[in-house]
Amino acid sequence: MDLAVFWFILIGVLWTGYLVLEGFDFGVGMLMPIVGKTPKGKRVLLNSIGPVWDGNEVWLLTAGGAMFAAFPEWYATLFSGFYLPLFLILLALITRAVAIEYRSKINEETWRNRWDLAITISSWIPSILWGVAFANIVRGVPIDQTGTYTGGFFNLLNPFALVGGLTTLAIFLSHGSIFIALKTKGDVHDRGAAWAKKFSIAAVVVGAVWALWLQLAYSNNTWTWGALVVAALGLIGAAWFSWTGKFGWAFIANVVAVVGAVTLIFGALFPNVMPSSTDSAYNLIVHGGPGLVASSSHTTLVVMTWVAGIFTPIVLAYQAWSYWVFKRRLSEEMIPEHNELKFFTKSS
Amino acid sequence: MDALELARWQFGITTVYHFVLVPLTLGLSVLVAIMQTAWVRTGKEKWLRLTKFYGKLLLINFALGVATGIVQEFQFGMNWSEYSRYVGDIFGAPLAMEALVAFFLESTFLGLWIFGWDRLSKKVHLTVVWLFAIGTNLSAYFIIAANSWMQHPVGTAFNPKTGRAEMKNIWEVLGNNTTLLAFPHVITTAFLVAGGFVAGIGAFWLVKKSRANKDDADIPLYRTAVRMGALVMIIAGVGVIFTGDLQAKLMFKQQPIKMAAAEGLIHTQTGADFSFLAIGNLAGDNPASVKHLIAIPGLTSYLATGDFNATVKGTTELQAEYAKKYPGYKATPDYLPNLAVTYWSFRLMIGFAAFAAATALAGLWLTRKGKITNQTWFSKLAMWSIGAPFLGASFGWIFTEMGRQPFVVAPNPSAFVDGVDSVYLLTQHGVSKAVGAFEVGLSMVVFTLIYAILGVFWYRLMVRYAQEGAPNFTEPVVNDDDDHPLSFGY
Repeated sequence: MDLAVFWFILIGVLWTGYLVLEGFDFGVGMLMPIVGKTPKGKRVLLNSIGPVWDGNEVWLLTAGGAMFAAFPEWYATLFSGFYLPLFLILLALITRAVAIEYRSKINEETWRNRWDLAITISSWIPSILWGVAFANIVRGVPIDQTGTYTGGFFNLLNPFALVGGLTTLAIFLSHGSIFIALKTKGDVHDRGAAWAKKFSIAAVVVGAVWALWLQLAYSNNTWTWGALVVAALGLIGAAWFSWTGKFGWAFIANVVAVVGAVTLIFGALFPNVMPSSTDSAYNLIVHGGPGLVASSSHTTLVVMTWVAGIFTPIVLAYQAWSYWVFKRRLSEEMIPEHNELKFFTKSS
Repeated sequence: MDALELARWQFGITTVYHFVLVPLTLGLSVLVAIMQTAWVRTGKEKWLRLTKFYGKLLLINFALGVATGIVQEFQFGMNWSEYSRYVGDIFGAPLAMEALVAFFLESTFLGLWIFGWDRLSKKVHLTVVWLFAIGTNLSAYFIIAANSWMQHPVGTAFNPKTGRAEMKNIWEVLGNNTTLLAFPHVITTAFLVAGGFVAGIGAFWLVKKSRANKDDADIPLYRTAVRMGALVMIIAGVGVIFTGDLQAKLMFKQQPIKMAAAEGLIHTQTGADFSFLAIGNLAGDNPASVKHLIAIPGLTSYLATGDFNATVKGTTELQAEYAKKYPGYKATPDYLPNLAVTYWSFRLMIGFAAFAAATALAGLWLTRKGKITNQTWFSKLAMWSIGAPFLGASFGWIFTEMGRQPFVVAPNPSAFVDGVDSVYLLTQHGVSKAVGAFEVGLSMVVFTLIYAILGVFWYRLMVRYAQEGAPNFTEPVVNDDDDHPLSFGY
C-alpha cells in the first residue's frame, strides 16, 4: 500500500481515538449540572475522568502532529482556513484543562461553582465545533490554486455543518452519559442511565440525518455505505443497550459508531484530504493527481511509519493499564472531604 | 499593525508565557521523583512530606503548562501556514514524535501518579513518577530538535518542484549539533529554575520556623529543601555556563550575525571586547553611534573562538555578506536582527542566571555543617531570587529567537548551494495568507487576556500552597477494596 494512503488511514485512526476518548470526557463535562447535580455528585463525575482525561487529550495533539508531519499542506490549509472555530476550540481546551485541575484546589463554593461552569461551557463548545469542522472538510470549502482558504467565517456556518455539529454533540452526550452509567454507582449512576436513554435516541436520529446527507451529497465512494451502516448499527446498538441497562455493551456500541463515522468521513473524502469548492483542480489530495498533493515526501513517511509502528502499541498498552488501575466505580460516599485551603489567608 | 506583526506578537507572548511554566515542570518533575525515591529507600517521613509539598506545586504549574502548550502546536498552522507548508516535511516529524513518544507518557503517568497513591504499590508508584519525569524531559528534546532545525537546518534539501524543504535524513535532524548543545543548555537551565524554586520556598520556611522556635521539628525538613535546591542550582549553574559557552562558539559559526548583534559588534574587530553597557542607537539605523562602556578587552573574541586576539566579524560586514549570499526575495530585507533586543536580552540572560547562582552559594554557606539560619535577609533574598532563573530563561529564548530574525528558518552557511535553492525562510514569508489582521489581532488579544487571568490564579495557588507548608505525614496505604473512599479526589 502507498504510504500516503496508509497515513491517511492512520490519521483517521488517531482522530477516532481522540473522539472516542475525549468524546466521553466532553460528555461528562457537559452533563456536570444535570447528572452531577449535587456538590458530591459533580465530584463523582470529575473523578471518573480525573486520572485519564489529560492522556485522552493527547490523542488530539498526536492527530494534529501527525497531520503536520504527514500532510503539511492539509495541516496548513485546515488550521489557517478554519481559524475562528479552531481559536474557539483552543480557548475552550485551555480553560477546561485549567478548570478541571484548579476547581478543587481551593475550598470555596464560589470558586468551585465558577470553575464548574467553565468546565461545562468549555465542554459544549468543542463538542459542537468539531462536528462543524469535519462537516466542512467533507463538504468542501473555497480553496485557491495555492492551497489557501479564501472563504470567510460565515462560509463555515452552513446547514450541513450545523447538523454535523449537532451530531457530534448528540453522540458525545450519549457517550458521556453511558460512560457515567458505567463508571459510577448510586444516584449519579441512576441519573446518567436515565439521560443515556434519551441522548442515545437523539444520537440515532441526528446521526442518521447527517450520515445520509453526507453519503448522498458529498461522498466520493459508494463503499462508504458500508461504513454508514456500521455507524448506524453502533448508534442503534448504544440506544438498545442503554434501554436494556447493559452499559458496557452500550459503550462498546458507541465506540463502533465512532469508528464507523470516522471511516465514513475519511472514506467520503478519499482520494481528497480537503476538496476545494472553488475548482476541483485545487483539491488537496492524498497523492497522485490531479490536484495539490498534500502529503510529505516518501522519506518522511517512512520515518514516521517506523515511529508510529513502534510507539503506538506501547502507548495503547500503558493507557489501557491506566484504565485498568482506575476501573472501579465511584459513588458519592467514596468522595473525600475537601481540604481547608481558602483563596485568601485569614486576616487574623 | 498588520497580520504579520500581530502574529509575531502572538507567538512571542504565548511562547514566552508557556516557557515560564515549562522549565519549572522539567526540573521539578525530576526533583520530586528524587524526593520520592529518597522516601522509598530511606523511609524517612520528611522525604514523603517534601514529595507531597513540592508535588502539589508541580501539579498547579503543570496544568497551566499543558493548557498553554496546546496553543503552541496549532499556532503554526493557524498563523504560520506558509511556514508550515515550507517546513512541514521535516519540522512536523519531531512535533508528531513529541506527542506520540513524550506527551502520552507524561500525561498518562501523571494521572497514575496523582490518583495512584492508594492503588499502586510503593515501587510501582515510584516507577510511575519517574516515567512522568522522563516523558516531560523527553518532550523537551523533540521540541528543541525542531527549534534547532530552524536555527540551523540540516538533513534537508530544497525541492524546487514542491517549493518546500524536504527531509533527507532524520538522524541528522535529531542529531543536529545545534540540538546537542541547546538541549543540555535548556535542561540545565530548567534545573537552575527548579532548584531555585525548591531552595527559595525552603528558605522562607526554614527562617520562619527557626525564628518562631529554633527546635521546631520541621526545621530539618526545610533545611533539606534549601540544601537540595541550592546544590542542584550549583551543579546546574556550572552546566549552564559550560553548555552556554560551547553554544556561543558554535553560534558564531552557524549564525554569525546573531552573535555579532548580541555583542553589539558593528565592525569587524581583532581582539573584540565584551561590553556590559552600550549606548547609542542600537536600533540599527545608525550603527556608527554605538559606543561600548565598561568592557573586558578581547573577551568577545575569546567567547567566539577561545582566542583573545581572534578576529570577529561585525554586523556591517556580515550584513553585506548576507545580502550577497541570500538574495532571491523581491523585497530587500534587512538581515540585521534588532540590535537592542539581542544585545540586552543576551546580557539579562547571563545576569539573572549569575544572580541565582550567587544566592545558591549563599544558601549552601549558611546551612553548612548542619547549621540553620534565621536571617530574614536570606529568606527574602531567596524568595526574590526564585524569579531570577525564570527571567534568565525567558531572556535566553527572546535572545535566540529575536537574534534569528529576519529569518524564521536561518540559512545553514555550510550547506549553502545558491540563493534560490537553499533551505531558509524569511519570517515575513511564513505568515498565513488566509488570515487577516482582524482575526490574528482578535486571537492575540483574547489569548493574552485569558493567559493573564489564568496567570493570576496560577500565581495565587502557588503562593497559597507554598504558604501552607509541607503537609503532615500520612502513610499511603494500598487498598484494593472497591468501596473504600478515594484517598485523593478532585
